[in-house]
Amino acid sequence: MTAPAIELKGISKAFGPVQANKDISISVQPGTIHGIIGENGAGKSTLMSILYGFYKADAGEIFIKGQKTLIPDSQAAIKAGIGMVFQHFKLVETFTVLENIILGAEDGAMLTTSLGKARKELKHLAEEYGLNVDPDAVIENLSVGHQQRVEILKALYRKAEILILDEPTGVLTPDEADQLFRILDRLREEGKTIVLITHKLREIMDTTDTVSVMRRGEMTATVKTANTSPEELAELMVGRKVLLRVDKVAANPQETVLNIRDLRVVDEKGVERVKGIDLHVRAGEILGIAGVAGNGQTELLEVLGGFAHGTGVIEVNGAEIPLTGHGADGQARRAAGISHVPEDRQREGLIMEFSAWENTVFGYHRDPAIQNGPVMDNAGIQAEAQEKMDRFDVRPPNPKLAAKNFSGGNQQKIVLAREIERNPDLLLIGQPTRGVDIGAIEFIHQQIVKLRDQGKAILLVSVELEEIMSLSDRVAVMFDGHIMGERDPAQTNERELGLLMAGITDTSAVADAGDGAAEEALNDG
Amino acid sequence: MDFLTLLQVLDTTVRLATPLLLACLAGLYSERSGVVDIGLEGKMLAAAFFSAAAAFYSGNAWVGMLAGIGASVALATVHGLASITFRGNQLISGVAINFLAAGMTVLVAQSWFKQGGRTPSLTGSARFEPIDLPFAIGLPDAEAAGRPLSQMIAEAGPLQQFYSELISGHSILVYLAVLTVPLTWWLLFRTRFGLRLRAVGENPAAVDTAGVSVVWLRYSAVLICGVLCGVAGAYLSTALQAGFVKDMTAGRGFIALAALIFAKWRPVYALWACLLFGLFQALELRPDIITNLTGLKVQIQLLGALPYILTVVILAGFIGKAIPPKASAEPYIKER
Repeated sequence: MTAPAIELKGISKAFGPVQANKDISISVQPGTIHGIIGENGAGKSTLMSILYGFYKADAGEIFIKGQKTLIPDSQAAIKAGIGMVFQHFKLVETFTVLENIILGAEDGAMLTTSLGKARKELKHLAEEYGLNVDPDAVIENLSVGHQQRVEILKALYRKAEILILDEPTGVLTPDEADQLFRILDRLREEGKTIVLITHKLREIMDTTDTVSVMRRGEMTATVKTANTSPEELAELMVGRKVLLRVDKVAANPQETVLNIRDLRVVDEKGVERVKGIDLHVRAGEILGIAGVAGNGQTELLEVLGGFAHGTGVIEVNGAEIPLTGHGADGQARRAAGISHVPEDRQREGLIMEFSAWENTVFGYHRDPAIQNGPVMDNAGIQAEAQEKMDRFDVRPPNPKLAAKNFSGGNQQKIVLAREIERNPDLLLIGQPTRGVDIGAIEFIHQQIVKLRDQGKAILLVSVELEEIMSLSDRVAVMFDGHIMGERDPAQTNERELGLLMAGITDTSAVADAGDGAAEEALNDG
Repeated sequence: MDFLTLLQVLDTTVRLATPLLLACLAGLYSERSGVVDIGLEGKMLAAAFFSAAAAFYSGNAWVGMLAGIGASVALATVHGLASITFRGNQLISGVAINFLAAGMTVLVAQSWFKQGGRTPSLTGSARFEPIDLPFAIGLPDAEAAGRPLSQMIAEAGPLQQFYSELISGHSILVYLAVLTVPLTWWLLFRTRFGLRLRAVGENPAAVDTAGVSVVWLRYSAVLICGVLCGVAGAYLSTALQAGFVKDMTAGRGFIALAALIFAKWRPVYALWACLLFGLFQALELRPDIITNLTGLKVQIQLLGALPYILTVVILAGFIGKAIPPKASAEPYIKER
């Protein structure tokens, strides 16, 4: 048997009191795709950052192709044939593709020769792996999918034999993700070794040969993908049985709560982001808005939440609400019975430096019920915060801890507790489980469904198609500021929604027929 | 306005634009690497003093300039330590350097020379003298003919006037400053160092993950900035004027920063921006010209404020957009 492409022995790494990696050993065979799965903060990225020389391990050894290798910095990792595609791309946005590719791997002090050589090499790589990118395009003008290709090309240009991808599909459309996995297959065929870090079970099941599971800094298992199931992996990740489906009964929609007619939103750069949409949400149902990030969903939520202006008509419970000027702010929206769990909880949902109990009343801090004469009833708020945190299973249940000290899932629970417990008629909720652990996802989904069953109207925006499919009672797809269509989640599939998300409305072939037709439709688009 | 007057104004423009240009290019290196430097003023001032002092003691302008560069580089190192190594606030570090230089120069000057915070006047080889280019009418020609230089130039043909008045007769540092423009352009856009320097100002993480040292790149940019500020300071006290006086930079470091924004952090634009701002300063010295041309009596203070007004207009996005390097003023901290 050949030596493993990568072998890590006893890797440990601590950040202050947090033990990010505890005595981790792993062995990856050459020419395979090896998945590493785990919840946020399980230590996956830390482990790979150590392998790429970004962090120094406190203990442990690294063997590359059987050779003991010291990797004190990224230069050493590159020399050892390791390339990494980070979750947040490390590209210079104002540079061209070619300039990004040669950066740090130039031939000699003059640029002209390096650029010439890279241009030839790039053409060669594009043909070999199907990685087509215009070498003279400026990065900031490229789609996210193409930017990711540039990252892969960067690694291949540096003669990487081992490619690490950290959460590569988080920013991609389903179609782009499929293309990425085709490229990875091709790389594997050429004998490259690929390490895929993700928290998405489906990707692991679809693409990997072996999978390692991490939990709280420890490697809990390494198994052949063919011999495992999503349920087993989820249990290994979380440490208990997890319900992967959302358990809910059929919706019982009542009267219309939210009615939107011809809504248009222009952002501060003067670009129209929402281009005349019509939507309605009834009491007791969840309307899911699917779409790739940046197609107007954010602006839609901002106008509804009262922190952006728009034109058109929005009625809540039959009464029109103002979209500009005085009365179009968060206070007025809450008074109208709208609660909002914003997309970016760390910027819009919480004040990270403030304690949890303070965060549980933001936006409602003028409520007379929590005043004590001219001052706020801090003791009362704290006691109430404690109760809310217990009910929403926020861990640690300490209201005096600053919001930044909670994990993503627990931060989200604090925001949810604040917004749901106010008993709104309409709940706006954006990216409810972004950066949230599987265990917490289950809980958050249950809370959303529970609110629906109490007869509330819910507008859900998410870029996670699986989430939209499992939670929503109706799905609307947004593309380029338009609603491309509305579907019943029980009668559609990810392919059809994926096409709508890419702006292709003719999905009849996909809805009825099999994969071949979808392929054709994709090619036509 | 006749042709000769125009040439005289332009000649003054070039002389006044030179320190702006040197400081502007200094700032360009620093800011392109992601280190904002509002300490250009302080570095220039310190260099101006130490250049004048060393030139006075040694009698050699070049020795003076080396001392000035030394002082400026020392301050640049402080800025580098504060903003790169210790990841401090770059604005505060720059302000501190400005205050330090303003106070220290006068204090040391008073202690050494006892002339109220100035250095003694420099003469002869302690100054950078004007250079007469070949075939130009210069001072030696005037002395040989026994007539005033201005009269001889006034009698020459327009081409000779242009050559002798505007092109010839500057100190070596003026020519050096102009040459620095294409050199900087070449370095930034045609070499590996330039690519990395521009990259580190836009996205240091990209440079770091490519296996190149962010710290080293930023230090080299900050040190180049120190050298150029040193030359700018030396020019002020040993070429433009003959000795150091209190606060002699007179805000040139800030005008250079304004020019840098005006030039959108590009070397060739920087040349034009500095010439424009130099023209304003030249006109400040000759308000009669504006009055003759326009018939209006212009407040010369307005001319002094024009660079700042124009910069605000540019920043507000009225004339194109000035987008600074993305990682400007941000210390680099490794993160996943």
